[in-house]
Amino acid sequence: MLKAYMILSIILFSIGMVGLISRRNIIVIYMSIELLLNAVNLSLIAISGDLGDSSGHVMSLIIIAIAAAEAALFMSLFVVLFRKKGSLDANIFDLLGSKYES
Amino acid sequence: MSHSILLNILLLAPLTSAFLIFLLTISTRYTKQTLYTFLALSGSGLSAMIALYISYSSYFEHKLFVSHLFTWLNIGDFTIEVTLKADALSSFMLLFVAPVSFLIHIYATGYMHKDKSYGRFFTYFNLFIFFMFLLVLADNPIIMFVGWEGVGLISYLLIGFYFDDIKNTYAGNKAFIVNRVGDFGFLSALMLLFIEIGSGGFSYHAIFSNLSSIESPMLSLIALLLFVGAMGKSAQLPLFVWLPDAMAGPTPVSALIHAATMVTAGIYMVARFAPLYTLTVDVSLLIAYVGALSAMFAAVVATRQYDIKKILAYSTISQLGFMFMALGVGAYSTALFHMFTHAFFKGLLFMGAGAIIVAFHHTQDIRKLRGIRKSVPTVFIMMLIGSLTISAIPPLSAFVSKDAIMTVLYASHHLDLFLMALLSSLFTALYMFRMLFVLFFSETTYEATLEPSRNSVKSMIYPMAILTLLSIFAGMLNLPEIFGGNLHISCWLDLANRHFVLSHTHEIVLMSVNTVLILSVIFYAYKRYAYKDTILKESNTGFVANKFYIDALYNLIIVKPLYLLSVFLDRKISHELIDNTINSMAFNYRKLGKFFSILENGNVRFYALYMLIGLVLGFIYLFLLLKAIL
Repeated sequence: MLKAYMILSIILFSIGMVGLISRRNIIVIYMSIELLLNAVNLSLIAISGDLGDSSGHVMSLIIIAIAAAEAALFMSLFVVLFRKKGSLDANIFDLLGSKYES
Repeated sequence: MSHSILLNILLLAPLTSAFLIFLLTISTRYTKQTLYTFLALSGSGLSAMIALYISYSSYFEHKLFVSHLFTWLNIGDFTIEVTLKADALSSFMLLFVAPVSFLIHIYATGYMHKDKSYGRFFTYFNLFIFFMFLLVLADNPIIMFVGWEGVGLISYLLIGFYFDDIKNTYAGNKAFIVNRVGDFGFLSALMLLFIEIGSGGFSYHAIFSNLSSIESPMLSLIALLLFVGAMGKSAQLPLFVWLPDAMAGPTPVSALIHAATMVTAGIYMVARFAPLYTLTVDVSLLIAYVGALSAMFAAVVATRQYDIKKILAYSTISQLGFMFMALGVGAYSTALFHMFTHAFFKGLLFMGAGAIIVAFHHTQDIRKLRGIRKSVPTVFIMMLIGSLTISAIPPLSAFVSKDAIMTVLYASHHLDLFLMALLSSLFTALYMFRMLFVLFFSETTYEATLEPSRNSVKSMIYPMAILTLLSIFAGMLNLPEIFGGNLHISCWLDLANRHFVLSHTHEIVLMSVNTVLILSVIFYAYKRYAYKDTILKESNTGFVANKFYIDALYNLIIVKPLYLLSVFLDRKISHELIDNTINSMAFNYRKLGKFFSILENGNVRFYALYMLIGLVLGFIYLFLLLKAIL
């Protein structure tokens, strides 16, 4: 049974990873990150259920709480970014890249 | 001990004043010239007075002044003590070095009047006498070498004093580099001495008492190498080339360094090592022949020079040649005495030349300076006395000293040396009076004034007057027996002289023949050059006018190949090989950096991709590792 949970977790993680890398919209990227987090949560819960140890549950609950706080922060960041550039395309926000060196 | 304090003051007074002047020069640009003058003269004047006192007490009371300053090196058994010691020979050197330096200092205050580098000049000048005293007073050859290098350095600095003209800088470089060749000899000799007898101490006394333990071929080698050092410093064939070029410096420099004091360091060194040279007769004889050739060569070349200072420079080489001849046959105090009188009359002649140069706005070519007797009568009289002295006319001082050299050469049964010396002294009279007659006896006249009212001119004339008196009377100190003297200086110096016996009739005949020959040469020069334009008709071709092509030869066999080698190393090795390698390395790194900077595009998505790739690679590695272990 654990194997099925782990496979699902891996699939979720891969989808999140591909989304993170290939999509340009920042909101979608954020969603992909959430997907990564939840993949990890799923595996944590599955393993702790399998072992009969509840510490994995505690960990995943904390992660969910933090992810909620994160979400609020991200939303305000999206607003600020959109006000700066009028777009949420991730490729626009590359000020730290080498093409801006003098 | 009061005695050691005297020596210390003698040595440190010029150093202190040099240092003070240096501080003033760098700290403010508006120092009064008088202040510099005061500092420079007080430093050299103080040491001149002490030097006179020291040589006085050394001469009359046979006092020995010793001052131990500090221990320089202490390695195992070997120690180098910095000790000053004024024995008879050192006191004798002080006797003329210090006062002549002081007089030339006074002269220089006039000559350099209103020069923009007045302070710098006197810094060097005072530093020079410091090093000269160190050279003379040193108690071991290593401290002497410090002084030796020091005077060489100051000579370089002063030759290139007006460094805005690149020619002066070249002349300074030439002097420095040619002297390096000589110093190589000196240094090698010191090292050999150290290897052979260094364990027994390195003061002169220790060296000379251990000389017998060195084998004779090695001893000859050491003597020869030491002489190479003397050859460089005292401008003898074949290392003389720097001295004529050294005349690029201001005239007081030529008078002090390149005529009266520094160039005599070689003579002093050979005399100091007299116990060594008495053991190596072959090398001594070589010294005599080198001296004779130099004396002849320089005297002949001087007859075709046109620059006042160059004529005097060649004459210095020639006179130093005389001294080496005397040293070579073993008459050390005779040579030293000629050095003593030479300091006075050569200083005087250079000062006269300097006065003429100042009066005629830095013209030095005697073809342009004709008939100037009316304009500068005082200088004329002094130059006349100087020329008569250098030509060894009785009873002037150089007559006594040069005749002593002639006598010992004759008595040593080296007739070839004697003839060469005689010929050189005839040429001496010829070139000196050629210059004198061209300068002062001519129908065409050039007008200029050396206003005697100006203080700067006064400070040039008075030292000259004193030196004139000294040139006339200095010979009294070492009158030979034949004139009722008893060679005071020789007795005082008490060196390892070889004694030559010559009957008084021989001596008188020799003297009178010499004098008559010299007078006839002067008469010939009068006929040829006075009130005539002979000098303008002399052609620039031929061996003599081109200094026997020695400079050209050196250029061809030493300077040119070295230059070409340097150009090759510069262009090919340094530029193409080393520079290009380093540059291309830098260039390729730059290109590589450009390439990798494409990866760093500031886009977060790509960074996530790189992290993914890294993770995957890391996992693959771990997987393979685990597989290998299990």
